[in-house]
Amino acid sequence: MPMAQIPNWIPATPELFITLMIMALLMFGVFQKQSSAADEINTSRVVSYMSVAVLALALLITVAFAGDRVVVFNNLFVTDSFAVFTKVLVLFASAVTILMAQGYLERHKMARFEYPILILFATLGMMMMISSNNLMSLYIGLELQSLSLYVIASFQSEDSRSAEAGLKYFVLGALASGMLLYGSSLVYGFTGSTDFFQIAAAIELSSEHGLNIGIIFGIVFILAGLAFKISAVPFHMWTPDVYEGSPTPVTAFFAVAPKIAALALFMRVMVGPFGGLVAEWQQIVIFISIASMLLGAFAALNQTNFKRLMAYSSIGHVGYALIGIAAGSEAGIQGVLIYLVIYLVMNLGTFACILSMRRGNQMVEGIHDLAGLGKTHKPLALALTIFMFSMAGIPPLAGFIGKLYIFLPAIDSGLYTLAVIGVLASVVSAVYYLRIVKIMYFDDVTETLDQTSEKTISWVLALSSIFIVALTFYPAPVMTNAAKAASSLFAG
Amino acid sequence: MNEIPLLSLLTFLPLIGAGMILFLARGSEVDIARNSRWGAIWTSGVTFVVSIPLWFKFDQTSAKFQFVEKLEWMPQFGISYHMGVDGISLLFVMLTTLLTPICILASWDSIKDRVKEFMISFLILETFMIGMFCALDLFVFYIFFEAVLIPMFIIIGIWGGPRRVYAAFKLFLYTLLGSVLMLVAMMAMYFDAGTTDMVQLMDHSFPVSMQPWLWLAFFASFAVKVPMWPVHTWLPDAHVEAPTAGSVILAGVLLKFGGYGFLRFSLPMFPDATIQFATLIFTLSIIAVIYTSLVALAQTDMKKLIAYSSIAHMGFVTAGTFTLTTQGIEGAIYQMLSHGVVSAALFLIVGVVYDRIHSREISDYGGLVYRMPAYSLVFMLFMLASVGLPGTGGFVGEILVLVGLFQVNPWLAAFAATGVILSAAYMLFLYRRIIFGQLTKENLMKIKDLNAREWAIFAPLIVLTLWMGIYPSSFLDFMHVSVDNLINQVETALAAHGQSLLAGR
Repeated sequence: MPMAQIPNWIPATPELFITLMIMALLMFGVFQKQSSAADEINTSRVVSYMSVAVLALALLITVAFAGDRVVVFNNLFVTDSFAVFTKVLVLFASAVTILMAQGYLERHKMARFEYPILILFATLGMMMMISSNNLMSLYIGLELQSLSLYVIASFQSEDSRSAEAGLKYFVLGALASGMLLYGSSLVYGFTGSTDFFQIAAAIELSSEHGLNIGIIFGIVFILAGLAFKISAVPFHMWTPDVYEGSPTPVTAFFAVAPKIAALALFMRVMVGPFGGLVAEWQQIVIFISIASMLLGAFAALNQTNFKRLMAYSSIGHVGYALIGIAAGSEAGIQGVLIYLVIYLVMNLGTFACILSMRRGNQMVEGIHDLAGLGKTHKPLALALTIFMFSMAGIPPLAGFIGKLYIFLPAIDSGLYTLAVIGVLASVVSAVYYLRIVKIMYFDDVTETLDQTSEKTISWVLALSSIFIVALTFYPAPVMTNAAKAASSLFAG
Repeated sequence: MNEIPLLSLLTFLPLIGAGMILFLARGSEVDIARNSRWGAIWTSGVTFVVSIPLWFKFDQTSAKFQFVEKLEWMPQFGISYHMGVDGISLLFVMLTTLLTPICILASWDSIKDRVKEFMISFLILETFMIGMFCALDLFVFYIFFEAVLIPMFIIIGIWGGPRRVYAAFKLFLYTLLGSVLMLVAMMAMYFDAGTTDMVQLMDHSFPVSMQPWLWLAFFASFAVKVPMWPVHTWLPDAHVEAPTAGSVILAGVLLKFGGYGFLRFSLPMFPDATIQFATLIFTLSIIAVIYTSLVALAQTDMKKLIAYSSIAHMGFVTAGTFTLTTQGIEGAIYQMLSHGVVSAALFLIVGVVYDRIHSREISDYGGLVYRMPAYSLVFMLFMLASVGLPGTGGFVGEILVLVGLFQVNPWLAAFAATGVILSAAYMLFLYRRIIFGQLTKENLMKIKDLNAREWAIFAPLIVLTLWMGIYPSSFLDFMHVSVDNLINQVETALAAHGQSLLAGR
């Protein structure tokens, strides 16, 4: 046996690559000439584009190295099709949101090179979360992500709303992390390990002697911590304020990448180490799911701020995704993954619309500012209409396919009540999605928005609306990959 | 089997046309409007022409689905893109392809604002409607069934009357609420039967304990669509606020979704529950027929009156469907078809004067016969067809339904027949107030009679109404085998559970 074993680092290549590139970009940024505002913008632009390139390369590496399930670093780190699938989503989301942010940052004098680097850090944390196979690596990934997010939330430091958002997020987020840690320590105490495999084995062993209350308590606390990260009711309170207060491109990022990563982590933890206790955690997930769907549907009815509305909408969508987890089956996990793909695209598109809402070079966020958009900005209005109908889950748009694949496994698992509440909540939430369409097309023009045409934003809009419309016609690629990912999660 | 995928072609032609208008109509405001109008009329016209071979190539002696197409779509859940028509759906497809160009022609001048968007919405709507009638897979059906709401919401919301927003939301949410429950039921059906193929589901026998729930979920959706009393309140609002073409397509095609759904799902798939709930349906239908007829008598708005008369006529349809007799079901289908033509025509008739005077109040009219003799003639024909005068399409449907009802329970037939009398009352009353009387109103003095475009709109409808009234066999022959097959399916399913049709009564 050699003195020191060199660990097999190949499965972690994308993470290592991002880490190295972050350091390189940080160095590059720091040593640039920053004497004038123009210099600063230049540096930020270069770093942004390089960050996007890094994410794109990392995505390619992730896909290229995809293969069977591999566990490395003393069982701390795992890669499988599930990890690859969710990492691709996260990397894609981060890259697109960096691209969409650039114009906004420059206009609001926030174009500093730290922004893309912070996003890279957060993305790295998310990838660690997704690949974690141990409560410790889980926590490290989660904190790396969260700390970067707190900073980005308050990136517009002169704006008190942004500072408030960052602070609120930090205080509540720290509390949630604390709960998660407490839960982890309970689980460690009662199973004797932080390793996912050994936890699963211990639970299986102890289940022969009846229910272990200590583990259940631990799971409840872990669930509470995770529910905060995915902003599920009753741990959602931060979401509307943070969404509204953060700079819009940051909100766009918050709405997609961290949600996907946290949901992926949620699935991995619930199916992996705690898979033997489905019957126990299923009730909790059902409760969270119902509460999130109902709150997302009813609380959004009276919102007039678009970003705040999207916050409630995302709470509702998380509720739907949780239905798939509550089903506890492979098909359910597959449903969640499909839902995440569609959710990602719909949100990127919608936030691209919000980013184009400007009047007199000032951002506006009220939904009534959209009045008459159907006459003045036809392509934009059409795209937003597609996203809104899709979010409401109206066929033939992709949102419907997502809901279909969530509800089918739920019915299969006999969760009729959950499914019926889910579809009824979707009718309620249709009201506010439709209201946006109504404002754009049925209301008269009051003040028009600026005619802006940022290239990246237009591309995001065009591609995401095409995706939303076309998915129904050719769903096979998303479906098969999601099926593969879901089965790999259960294989372990 | 067919080489050309005729049904897919038919379904997606309008969508292609819509896409072409979206991307190709360029230039000045006027150019765009003109190109969109012509693009839409050509597309819908060609679609109609493409649908004609269906009529001639259809084998009337077979109850099988014809022109079948099947492609894998979401193989994991066995969902396939499966299309086909039988004697029941074929005629509805034809009705849709006929009414759409008429609607587009009717909106030629009356839609002035955002013409391009209107035409695109209408063509997309046509795609969904045709697809709905052709779909032979649960989820494909659901997608088309539900998708119709999007263009309809937009058509009412943008081009509708003063309370259009309220009407559009009401239409959308009422219908959505009903159909999401149906969606849950469809999923439950899939897990019980292991397939989403409607042809196989018709042979599958669902557990008797499960049937009432499934039936009720489908009922929630179809009852709203029909609409049945007491969930009919969205219809008068939607009709009044919708632009003429919207009302026409709503009355002509969309209301038939519910009746078609009952025939396609409730009867063959849940026969036990159907017997169980037949009394409920009869009660609601009779209430609808009598109550809404009385309400129609009191209306002061022309469109609202016709809307209420639609509900009454659809009461006949639901009552006839659940008699489970050949006459009753054929009568129901026939009533749907003739109502599709007649009520569409009546809304167009209202549209003609609305375009000229911009009022739908009955009291704003009177003595039109002096200025518009041709219009009065056309109006009279359709008014009488709506009443159910022999020689018009309306008669055949109503008499068949009444015969069917009589076999179930003579009292039912008696109550339903009062609806016929009441309909004569409110329609004649409407006609007298608008057409006859003194021509005293200032703005009516110079009103013009039908122009060539309007004649072109009414001509096919007139021919069709008379044809349906004078020689109904050419339509009934399409249905016979399919309807018999449907009743057979119900009987075999019931026999399997040790019941018989007669025992159920």
